[in-house]
Amino acid sequence: MAGHSHFSPANVEEFYEFTPEARKRVITAMIIGAVLLGIGVFFLGSGEHEAAHAVAGHAAEHGGEHLSGGAVSHHETSWNPLNRLWVNLWMNGVFFSGIAVIGMFFVAVQYLAKAGWSSVVKRIPEAFPKFLYFTFPVLLLLFVFKGDVIFHWMHHGITDPASEHYDKIIAGKKGYLNFTFFLVRLVAIFTVWIVLWNMMRKKSIEEDLNGGTQNFFDMVRIGTGFVVAMGISSSLSAWDWVMSIDTHWFSTMFGWYMFSSWHVTGLATITLTVLFLKDKGYMQYVSDSHLHDLGKFMFAFSIFWTYVWFAQFLLIYYANMPEETIYFLERWEGHNKVYKAVEILNVFMNFFFPFLIMMTRDAKRTPIFLKICCFFVIVGHYLDFYQMIMPGTVGPHGGFGLVEFGSVILFASAFVYVVSTELTKASLVAKNHPFLEESLHHDI
Amino acid sequence: MNTTEKYLVGVYDDEDEVLHAVTEVKGKGVKIEEVYTPFPIHGLDTAIGHPRTRIPIAAFLFGLTGLTCAQFLINYTMVFDWPMIIGGKDFFALPDWIPVTFEGTVLFTAFGMVFTFFVSNSLWPGKTPKTFDLRSTDDKFIMTINMGTNKKSEAEIEEILKASGAIEVNVKQF
Repeated sequence: MAGHSHFSPANVEEFYEFTPEARKRVITAMIIGAVLLGIGVFFLGSGEHEAAHAVAGHAAEHGGEHLSGGAVSHHETSWNPLNRLWVNLWMNGVFFSGIAVIGMFFVAVQYLAKAGWSSVVKRIPEAFPKFLYFTFPVLLLLFVFKGDVIFHWMHHGITDPASEHYDKIIAGKKGYLNFTFFLVRLVAIFTVWIVLWNMMRKKSIEEDLNGGTQNFFDMVRIGTGFVVAMGISSSLSAWDWVMSIDTHWFSTMFGWYMFSSWHVTGLATITLTVLFLKDKGYMQYVSDSHLHDLGKFMFAFSIFWTYVWFAQFLLIYYANMPEETIYFLERWEGHNKVYKAVEILNVFMNFFFPFLIMMTRDAKRTPIFLKICCFFVIVGHYLDFYQMIMPGTVGPHGGFGLVEFGSVILFASAFVYVVSTELTKASLVAKNHPFLEESLHHDI
Repeated sequence: MNTTEKYLVGVYDDEDEVLHAVTEVKGKGVKIEEVYTPFPIHGLDTAIGHPRTRIPIAAFLFGLTGLTCAQFLINYTMVFDWPMIIGGKDFFALPDWIPVTFEGTVLFTAFGMVFTFFVSNSLWPGKTPKTFDLRSTDDKFIMTINMGTNKKSEAEIEEILKASGAIEVNVKQF
């Protein structure tokens, strides 16, 4: 990338063009996703009966033992095949909200640290949180109308002592896990994220027009505020949106665990977007030193994810208390072992693969290695969320079918569409960033 | 002192000058052994043409040794020599051992790297360090040329160094 010596912030303002062909391709993907989802939903109703019988028979053989910490075992009789659709939408909503908000988190951390190297790539993550506008209504509507499908604690009569479904443990958590308070938290979390992102984005675009350093210092302040807000909201969202599915079970590491999963997925998405834009001929000033840093980020946070995941597992394994081990037992041996392969893939794709592939310096500077690694990390963490959410919601009715593929294609293409549109709204290089010159000469 | 090595030492007082001088001196066919600077200069090692360090490979191998040693120790003591049931787990309770294995790997890597660094920089006990010019730790940039590996005459090289901006050229023998 010797070319960047001719690049000066004053003479280049680069705009991404979301061409009609690209638009068409993304919309086609979206339609394919929607069609697959439709077909999947259509077949759900017909194919499910046999499977349900098989599972029921299997359960009977084992004397009706339940390896479930979640909701499914409690209303086996009233299983509606459409539930799998709602759960998939919820899961993708949570997963993609995470990728979107990590864009803002990345920018906020860079400003908080007053980092110079990242100023050439910062417009990419800055565009991500736009997708929150789409996942917010999805999660909100799903919670309001289909919450009882997803959350054990929302089942009818579960906190009512007179009801036959009464559950003493869940009734004890009523103060935190109730419809109103959950709704307030959901709305508050998204509002804080979206408002702070809008403030940041506005300042960032203003900087392109006005120059000077005032916007930079304002963004440092907004970034600091966001990091504090994220510290609280990442844990709250992990407890609310994912951990409360397995209502009986809890883990004090869960907030970090889910955040680390989001974070590394977000970093992989940022890297992948930068690489794709570079392939298209944009952002030629992004050198292999910048890629090296993004690669290091991904490598390090893959290890961080492993650390948190393993710390949570080891404590539960070592203490060996039934109310805690059921979480892993359910995933490892429960539900006809549907989730066992995902559990194994989870560790291989999210730890061994990025650890061994991204270890050398050359790999972090070679686009093809980075791309392969990004792809594996994103798919791997999709599976991570899959195994967090599915066993407690759909349990033995889970699996990988058209519903899963359709909904993830739908969400991913919507994400690409929204982020690409947002990228066209500002120059790809923040031309008046005070550290731009430093970033252009970044050399490691 | 039995002198076997003779060096020409060029002294520069600006980092940009020394960076350009490296390319210039090399371009005239003089082999540079090393450049000593008070602080790191970007692009200097590529300009000198040093091969990439192999210390990461050494680190990986040290790590692998540590991992193997830690696993061997735990397996020998806990599974083979004196098996004990702890917390109702198998004798071979791999998850419990991962923290220890990790520590062993890190320990071996850290010590191995430090010793490798000492050896490759000739810093073992009793060794008199080669100090070309004490000012290289203060404000001067030192370029050393090993006369044993260069075919040009001393006068020629001295002239090339002076032309490239050296403020003085000294002779150093070890």
